[in-house]
Amino acid sequence: MAPQAPWTLVRKGCSMLRLEARPAPSRLFAWASPLLSLVVTIVVATILFSALGKDPVKSLSVFLIEPFNGLRSLTELGLKATPLILCSLGLALCFRSNVWNIGAEGQYLAGAMLAGGLALWFTEQQVGINRWAFVPLAVIAGALGGAFWAAIVALLRDRFNANEILVSLMLVYVANLLLSWLVFGPWKDPKGFNFPQSVSFADGAAMPRIFTGMRLHWGFVLALLAAVGMWLFMSRIYLGWQMQVGGLAPAAARYAGFSTRRALWTALLTSGGLAGVAGAFEVTGPMGQLTPYVSNNYGFTAIIVAFVGRLHPLGCVFGSVLLSTFLIGGELAQSRVGLPSALSGVFQGVLLFSLLACDTLIHYRLRWSAAPRAAGAAA
Amino acid sequence: MNETALLIAAMLASGTPLAIAGLGLLINEKAGVLNLGAEGMLLMGAVTGFAVAFHSGSTTLGLAGGAAAAAVLAMVFGWLVIWINANQYATGLAVSLFGGGFSAFVGVRYVGQKLGAPVNHAIPLLADIPFIGPALFRHHPMVYLTLVAVVAVSWFFYRTRAGLVLRAVGESPESAHALGYKVRLLRLAAVACGGALCGVAGAYLSTVYAPLWVEGMVAGRGWIALALTVFATWRPLRIVAGAYLFGGVTMLQLHLQGMGVQIPSQFLSMLPYLATIVVLVLISRNPMWLRANMPASLGKPFFPGG
Repeated sequence: MAPQAPWTLVRKGCSMLRLEARPAPSRLFAWASPLLSLVVTIVVATILFSALGKDPVKSLSVFLIEPFNGLRSLTELGLKATPLILCSLGLALCFRSNVWNIGAEGQYLAGAMLAGGLALWFTEQQVGINRWAFVPLAVIAGALGGAFWAAIVALLRDRFNANEILVSLMLVYVANLLLSWLVFGPWKDPKGFNFPQSVSFADGAAMPRIFTGMRLHWGFVLALLAAVGMWLFMSRIYLGWQMQVGGLAPAAARYAGFSTRRALWTALLTSGGLAGVAGAFEVTGPMGQLTPYVSNNYGFTAIIVAFVGRLHPLGCVFGSVLLSTFLIGGELAQSRVGLPSALSGVFQGVLLFSLLACDTLIHYRLRWSAAPRAAGAAA
Repeated sequence: MNETALLIAAMLASGTPLAIAGLGLLINEKAGVLNLGAEGMLLMGAVTGFAVAFHSGSTTLGLAGGAAAAAVLAMVFGWLVIWINANQYATGLAVSLFGGGFSAFVGVRYVGQKLGAPVNHAIPLLADIPFIGPALFRHHPMVYLTLVAVVAVSWFFYRTRAGLVLRAVGESPESAHALGYKVRLLRLAAVACGGALCGVAGAYLSTVYAPLWVEGMVAGRGWIALALTVFATWRPLRIVAGAYLFGGVTMLQLHLQGMGVQIPSQFLSMLPYLATIVVLVLISRNPMWLRANMPASLGKPFFPGG
């Protein structure tokens, strides 16, 4: 349904800028809009840097260029992108199916706790294990943890009609507190000077690394494979197509006899599982132990990634790289320019805001016109 | 006896931000706009409120500053969803994420700072009544203003013509538009009002309740306030009652800890979140009942002439 112009900048009797409905959504702008919003974000960033008395060119290069500078930086970028890719893939499927799971952060933590528990078991029982043999176990533990956390949401939605936005979000806080209890309580390292952290995992209970001396692990490759898998599921598998129809046109899906319950469960279990695997990779990869800071807000950042990536699996990969640049840029900004790393959160928000605004251009085009339209267009 | 009085006092104090934010979101939703950005607006209000109170030395100015900042953020949201037709869920989430990021960024320099000495708000004579005094009459004026606000909001919605129009905008924007009301401006006004109240709630947390700034200090209260509007089936009085109930649950954990109950504090801290889920399940079980109470056009975009 293409509605009429939603707004106009009117000066009576003069030419004016107007939004006009396109006959069909623009494919060009569907993909140009993220680029446009990136430009807007850069403009905002430039203004902000100047206002804070920093050299905008230098600050921007810290944010956008340095993360790509050299092999080590690139591997760190891939390391940050891994959890983002996994979480955003699941969210893309959810959002396309009109299932508003925004608790990927909680599912991530649940996967991290279960996989971390597994790694701790191997460590404390001193069961020797090879890193390669550990990978499938970590994946299974993470997926089970995340899927279980998401299953609570699915069950309450399916059985009691409870809003999945609120339930999945409340479960983020619960997961955070559960993790906090574990690392302050039963799983605390007795020799850790009372820091809230577990013992360091044994050498075998960790993700194998791609390059020696760098933290990037094979989970990155698995995440890329997951993106391909999700792309196949969405574009080649009947159930994936049914779910997307259900999201776009619920009435049509009902009429065709597509099960909304199956879509709900599939979307939540898949996205929960993927987020859980992300948590498992992070805790057994770069962290190597459980701490309260297992997540870098990846589950929430992945929401932005999913939208920037147009809810498309390959888009999610690009979106993850972009948002990872922001995250690393934030860290660098602290050491190089003397700005708080929280700045990257501001840019993430600005990016999502401008993306949503630019998305208007998918359905509307800007037109200069001489005469005002019929009354009613301007309200 | 005295302990019970303190528990009641704590319940009122901790329920107040939920009540104010809940009323703000109610105004949004009665006009048909669903703002998932509550958490971000509370954070925005909290950090701005603290900053203003810190530099001016006045809590009242802090509350006003918090209201203004969150209202501005809410109006950006309003412009995007009402005029640009952006997805309400996604835009609301953007507000929450932006509010979280922005408040963390601005708040860095206020971490660990303290506001001036706490002010005694005891009401003369009344505060000295045994039991009732400590429970009810030693609060910050915001606690009493919340009660004024709920009466005002109820009166506005059910006793004034403007309230009727606003409800019409949320139930059937087409009809309201056909009658000549400016649906989009009214919705924007409701969104700004709701944002301002969320900002006050956030500023109350950082300048009166805590009073300090910590990153993410709102701790999900925005989301709980969103849930409250559902629990209360969109009735102002029930929102405030629910808010105090949740304030009680929050306080219960501290009380239980004080009594030496052997449960790890983390599990007690889960109570408000678990309670939200449980109540949500109980309320939502009957979809017909929920639908009968919900503003009919909640979350649906509207185009004049579309």
